[in-house]
Amino acid sequence: MIGAPITRREGRAKLLGQPLYTDDKILPGEIRGVTVRTHIPRGILKGISFGEGIPWEEFTVVTAADIPGKNLVASIVHDQPFLVEIGGTISHPEQPVVLLAHPDRSLLEKARRAIRLDVEELPPVLDIESAIEKAQVIHGSNNILKEILIDKGDPGPVFCSAVKVVEGEYRTGAQEHAYIEPNGMLAEVGREGERLTVTVYGSLQCPYYVHEAVKQLFGLPGDQVRVVAMEMGGAFGGKEDYPSVNAGHAALLAWKSGKPVKLIYDREEDMAATTKRHPSRTRIKSAFDRDGLLLALDIDFVLDGGAFVTLSPVVLSRGALHAASVYKCPNVRIHARAVATNVPPHGAFRGFGAPQSLFAIERHMDVCARELGLTPLELRRRNFLAIGDRMSTGQVVKETVDLEAIVSRALSEIGYEEKRRSFDAHNSSQSPIKRGVGFSVFLHGCGFTGGGETYLASVAGVKGLPDGRVSVLAANTEMGQGKTTVFAQIVASALKLPVDMVDVWSADTAEVPNSGPTVASRSTMIVGKLIEDAAYGLKQSLIQQGLLEMTYTPEEFREAVKTAVARHGSLKCYSQYHKPPHIVWDDTTYKGDAYPTFSWACYAAGVSVDMVTYEVKVDDFVAVQEVGRVVNPMLATGQIEGGVAQGIGWGLWEEVQWKDGRMVNNQMTNYIIPTSVDLPRIRVAFLENPHPAGPGGAKGIGELPMDGPAPAVLNALAHALGPIRLDEIPMTPERILARLEEADRG
Amino acid sequence: MARTIELELTVNGTLRRAEVHPAARLLDILRDEFRLVGTKEGCGEGECGACAVLLDGKIVNSCLVPAIQARGSEVVTVEGLAVEGQPGHLQAAFETANAAQCGFCTPGMLVAAADLLHRCDRPGETETRDALAGTLCRCTGYVKFVDAVVMAGGTRGGK
Amino acid sequence: MRAYLPDYDIQSPETLDEALTLLSREPGKWRPIAGGTDLMVLLNAGRLSDLNLLDISRLTELRGISENGPSVTFGALTTYSELRQHPAVREHLPNVVESARVTGAQAIQNRGTLGGNIVNASPAADTPPSLLAYGAEIELVSVRGKRRVPYESFHKGYKKMDLAPDELLHSIHVPIPKGSGFHFYRKVGTRQAQAISKTCLAAHARIENGVVEELRIGLGSVAPVPARARSAEAVILGKAVDFLPIEDAVKAIQSDISPIDDIRSTARYRRVVTANVLRQALEELARTGRAS
Ligand SMILES: Cc1cc2nc3c(=O)[nH]c(=O)nc-3n(C[C@H](O)[C@H](O)[C@H](O)COP(=O)(O)OP(=O)(O)OC[C@H]3O[C@@H](n4cnc5c(N)ncnc54)[C@H](O)[C@@H]3O)c2cc1C
Repeated sequence: MIGAPITRREGRAKLLGQPLYTDDKILPGEIRGVTVRTHIPRGILKGISFGEGIPWEEFTVVTAADIPGKNLVASIVHDQPFLVEIGGTISHPEQPVVLLAHPDRSLLEKARRAIRLDVEELPPVLDIESAIEKAQVIHGSNNILKEILIDKGDPGPVFCSAVKVVEGEYRTGAQEHAYIEPNGMLAEVGREGERLTVTVYGSLQCPYYVHEAVKQLFGLPGDQVRVVAMEMGGAFGGKEDYPSVNAGHAALLAWKSGKPVKLIYDREEDMAATTKRHPSRTRIKSAFDRDGLLLALDIDFVLDGGAFVTLSPVVLSRGALHAASVYKCPNVRIHARAVATNVPPHGAFRGFGAPQSLFAIERHMDVCARELGLTPLELRRRNFLAIGDRMSTGQVVKETVDLEAIVSRALSEIGYEEKRRSFDAHNSSQSPIKRGVGFSVFLHGCGFTGGGETYLASVAGVKGLPDGRVSVLAANTEMGQGKTTVFAQIVASALKLPVDMVDVWSADTAEVPNSGPTVASRSTMIVGKLIEDAAYGLKQSLIQQGLLEMTYTPEEFREAVKTAVARHGSLKCYSQYHKPPHIVWDDTTYKGDAYPTFSWACYAAGVSVDMVTYEVKVDDFVAVQEVGRVVNPMLATGQIEGGVAQGIGWGLWEEVQWKDGRMVNNQMTNYIIPTSVDLPRIRVAFLENPHPAGPGGAKGIGELPMDGPAPAVLNALAHALGPIRLDEIPMTPERILARLEEADRG
Repeated sequence: MARTIELELTVNGTLRRAEVHPAARLLDILRDEFRLVGTKEGCGEGECGACAVLLDGKIVNSCLVPAIQARGSEVVTVEGLAVEGQPGHLQAAFETANAAQCGFCTPGMLVAAADLLHRCDRPGETETRDALAGTLCRCTGYVKFVDAVVMAGGTRGGK
Repeated sequence: MRAYLPDYDIQSPETLDEALTLLSREPGKWRPIAGGTDLMVLLNAGRLSDLNLLDISRLTELRGISENGPSVTFGALTTYSELRQHPAVREHLPNVVESARVTGAQAIQNRGTLGGNIVNASPAADTPPSLLAYGAEIELVSVRGKRRVPYESFHKGYKKMDLAPDELLHSIHVPIPKGSGFHFYRKVGTRQAQAISKTCLAAHARIENGVVEELRIGLGSVAPVPARARSAEAVILGKAVDFLPIEDAVKAIQSDISPIDDIRSTARYRRVVTANVLRQALEELARTGRAS
C-alpha cells in the first residue's frame, strides 16, 4: 500500500464541485462580518467615529472594549491584539480595529467605509535597514524580535589567512501565498445558562492553534471551544497562524450578535492584511583554500518579521539552520535576526525561512565557483556533506547521503554538460535570445526544528468503527497535499487492509486529539509514524482480546473490530510522540540534532532570456530528490510540481510592492503568479532511501520543492547573462535591465 | 434607485427564476440563490477563473456578468458537467490524472477544459495550456491538468 | 463584492434609438456597459462611481463585423473572440487578431468588446496600438446623428475623449491595407497570459520599390493615451529598406513617449524596451522589404 500511486480520496467529490469550503457552508440564521482596519503604519488610536447615513442600530459592532477574555492572540509570544484599543498603539497599516456584522453584505461594505479612525501618526520603520539602525525603536530596545547564533569552530582568523575570500549579499522579497481560496471563518456561539460554547469552522491549517487562541480570547476552558477545519482551498503556511486572528474575530461577532457569523475576506483584503513570506537579507563571507575547499563561513541572516513576533522565531530558526546547506565546513558562524517593522506580520510560508537562506548560499556558491575558476559542479562536489560529517550545529550526518547520485541524475536528465557547451556557443552569436542552464543542491530538515516536536508531544490515534472499518484520528488538515489519502495508505499498510477499509476523520477538535499543526512537512513523517504505531496498537489490542489471530484476512479483521466496538462501546488507540533518545538538541546553544533527518535534492533549470524585453522563460526544469520512501508517488509528484511552480514564481515574477507599509498591488492582476503558459513541464524524479524515523521509511516532502527553484533559475540566468549582479529575487525584467546597465557602466 | 428584476435563465438544463438586483453578479446568484456552490470566488476581478461557467456555451467569468445580461441565457456550472451525479468524460480524465489538489480552482479548470473541447476536437499541449491560462492554480504546476485535458480529448474521439 | 448594490441602477434598452434617447434626455447620467470586463471589476471593488448603467449589450445595431469595400467595419460590441475568428480580419488585419489573442484569457475574450477597450481609454489597452497602426476611424452616434473621427484624434488626454455625454461608440472602420504590407505587433506584459501591458507596439508599413512609402506605429502603456510614434515614423518614411536609419528611429522614439513608474514597471524599462521592440520591428521590416 505504501508506495502505491493511489488517486486522491476526495478527488472525485472535488471534480463534481461537492466539497464544502468555508464560504459554502451555511448555518441557519447566519449573518456576515467585515473588519475595519487602520490605514497608517504607526501611531496611536485616538477615537472611532461612526459616519452618517448608516442604520448603526441594526449592526453588531465589536471593539476592543467588548473582548471578554484577553485581547491578545495566543502565539509564541502574546503581543498581537485582536483589536486595537482606543489609546493603543497602531503597529501596522492593516490592523483590525472594529468588527461589524449585519445580514446584508452590501450594506456592510457601505458601513465599513463610513467608519473614521482618529489617529495620531508616528514615524514608522519600514525596512530591514531602518530596523537594524534603530531609526525608531518599535520593539523592545533594539527592534529585534529574535536573535540566534550558531557557532562552530572559529571562522575569524581563517579569513585573514585563507587563499580566497568571497563575500556577497543576497535579498529575497515578500511572497504572497495566493492560495485561490481567501481566508474565511464561520463562527457560532451557544449558550446553555451560564455555559458558553464557541464553535468555529474555517479555512485553517492548525485546529489546535485556533483552539488555543479562542480559549484565551474568551477565557474559556478547552471543552467549551470547538474548531473544525473545513475543506481548504490551499494554504501553504498562509493559514497557519493568521486563522487564530480571524477565527477570534468571527467568534466575537457571533458572541455579541447571538447569531452565526461568516467572515470571508475578499482577495484585496486577504492579500493586504494576512501574512506573507518574510523578506530577507543574507550576507555571506566565505573562505576557501587553494583546492576550493570551504574553510569558513560567516553568515549574517536577517528576516523582516513585521509588526509582531508571531512565528518569526521559528521561521528564523529554520532559515538559520539551513544557511550552511549541504556543505561541509569546519568553521561556521551564523548570526540570525528577525527584526520588527511596521508592516503586517510576516508568517509561515512553505519552506519557513529555508528558501531564503538557501537562495543566498546556492547563488553564492555559483559566484564563488566563478571567482575560484571552478565549475559550479566541481566546487560543490568538493564540499558536499557525507555520512559522518558534522553540520553547523554539530549534528552528525548519520545516514548515507549520496549527493553525487542525486546531482548526476538531475544533471544528466537536463543534459547539463551538453547544454553548457551548446549555450555558450549560442550566446556568443548575435541572437537576441540568451540561454543558460544552472542548478541548485539543497536539503530540507524534516519535522519541527530542534526541540519543537518534543515540546508539542503530539498525539494521534486510530479508532474502530461500528461497521468494522477503522478511522484515523488526527488534527492534521487537508489542503490539497493529499494527507487524507496518505494517512489511509499508512494505516492500511500497517494493518494489511485494503485502503477503502480506512477512513480519515475530519480535523475537528471535538473528535480528534492534538496531533500538532499541519506544517513543516511533518504530517507524513511525524504524524504518519504516530498513526502507524497506533494502528499496530489497535491490532495488538484485538489480538490480546482474543478477537484476532496473528494472521488474518480483512474480513476477519472487520469482524474483530465490530465485535470489540459492540462489546466496549468504542475502540480507540492513541500514540504520542516521544523524542528518540539518540536525538539531542540544546535550544540555548543551538547545538545538536536540529532535525531527525533531512530530505536532499538537486534542481536544474534551463532558461532563455529575450534581450529585447529581458523576459525570462524557464524552458526546462528537472527536480530530483531523495525523500526516504515515497508513500504515494502520484501525490508526491503533485507536491513537487506545485512547489516548483511557486519557487519559479518567487524567483522571477512575484513581487509585493510596498507603500508606507501596505501592499499596493494586492490584486491577482497586479501580483503575478505563473499561469499554465508561463511554466514548462516540470520533470520530477525520486531516489528512494527509506528512513527509520518515518512510516514505512517516509520523510517529508511538502516544503522541499520551494527551496531549489529560485537559485537554480538564477544560476541558469547567470550562465545566460554572464557576471552581472543576480543577487535579488524576484529577478524581474526591470531588475535584469537595471543590472545589465549597471554592468555596462562598470 | 434600488429595484430588482425577475431573472429567468436555464442552469444546468433546468429553468430557474430569481428576484435579484440587475447588477448582482451571476456568481452570487448561482451560489446564493440556487445554492450551486461548486462555482468559487477567488478574486472578484476576472483574473483567477475559479468562477468560470459556460454562458450560452462559452466560458465566462461569472463574477463579471451582471444579472441583467444573463436574462434568458443558458448556464452550465461544474455541477452540470456531471452525468447523473457521476463524473462525466472530462471529470473522469481529471480523476485518472489526479489533477485536482486543493480543489478550489478545479471547477474553473473543468469549465475551461470543457470550453476548449467544444472548440477543438483533439487539443495538443499548446492549445491546452492556452485554454487553461485564464484559470490560476497555486497547488500544481499545471502539468496534471494539461495531461488530463489532452487525455480527455484523445479518448473522446476514439470511443 | 464591495459595492452597495441598491445605490446602482441598470437600464437595458432593446433598441439603439431607445438607448440614445435615454442618453440625450439625461446626458452624463448613464454610463454604458458592454461586456462589463472593465466596469464589473470596478463595481466588485467598490470603486465604480457611476451609479446609473446603461446596458448596451443587447443592441444588435452595434454588433457584427463586415467587409465594406476598402475597409472592415467592426460594431462596437465585437468581442475579442469574434475578432480572432473572422476570416477577413485574419487575412487583412493580423495585428488586430494578435492584439485580441494576447488580451486576457478566453473568458475575457468572450465578453470584452473592442468598443469597451477603446472607450475605457486605458493607456495600457492592447487593441489601440493596432488600430493606430492601421489608421482606423471610429464612428460615434447620438440622437443628433452619426459622426466619424480618425481614431488617433479620439483620445485627448488621460481618460479624456472626443465623446459627448450623449454619444455611444457605434463602430470602428479599419482600412484594408493595400498590397502585401508589413505587419508587426508585440505586447510586453508581466506574464504570458492574463497580463497588463508594460509596453506595446504595433506597426504597419507599405513598401514600394524598396522604399517605405507608408508607416504607422502605434504605442501602448508609454504615454497617458495610446499614441502614434510620429518622430520615429518620420525618420523611416521614404527611406530605402536597404538603408533604414534604424538607430536614428530608435533615438527618435524617445521623444514620442513619456512613460512613468507604476506598480507594473518602471519608466526606464518602458523606455529601453520600447526602443528595443522598435529596433526589432524595423529590422524585420528591412528583412521583409528586401525579400519582397
Ligand atoms: C482579467 C482581465 C484581463 C484583461 N486583460 C486585458 C488585456 O490583456 N488587454 C486589454 O487591453 N484589456 C484587458 N482587460 C480589460 C477589458 O477586458 C477590455 O478593456 C475590454 O475590451 C473592455 O470591454 P467591455 O465591453 O468588457 O467593457 P465595459 O466594462 O463594458 O466598458 C468599458 C468602458 O467602455 C465604455 N463603453 C463600452 N462600450 C461603449 C460604447 N459602445 N460606447 C460608449 N462607451 C462604451 C463603458 O462605459 C466603460 O467606460 C482585461 C480585463 C480583465 C477583467
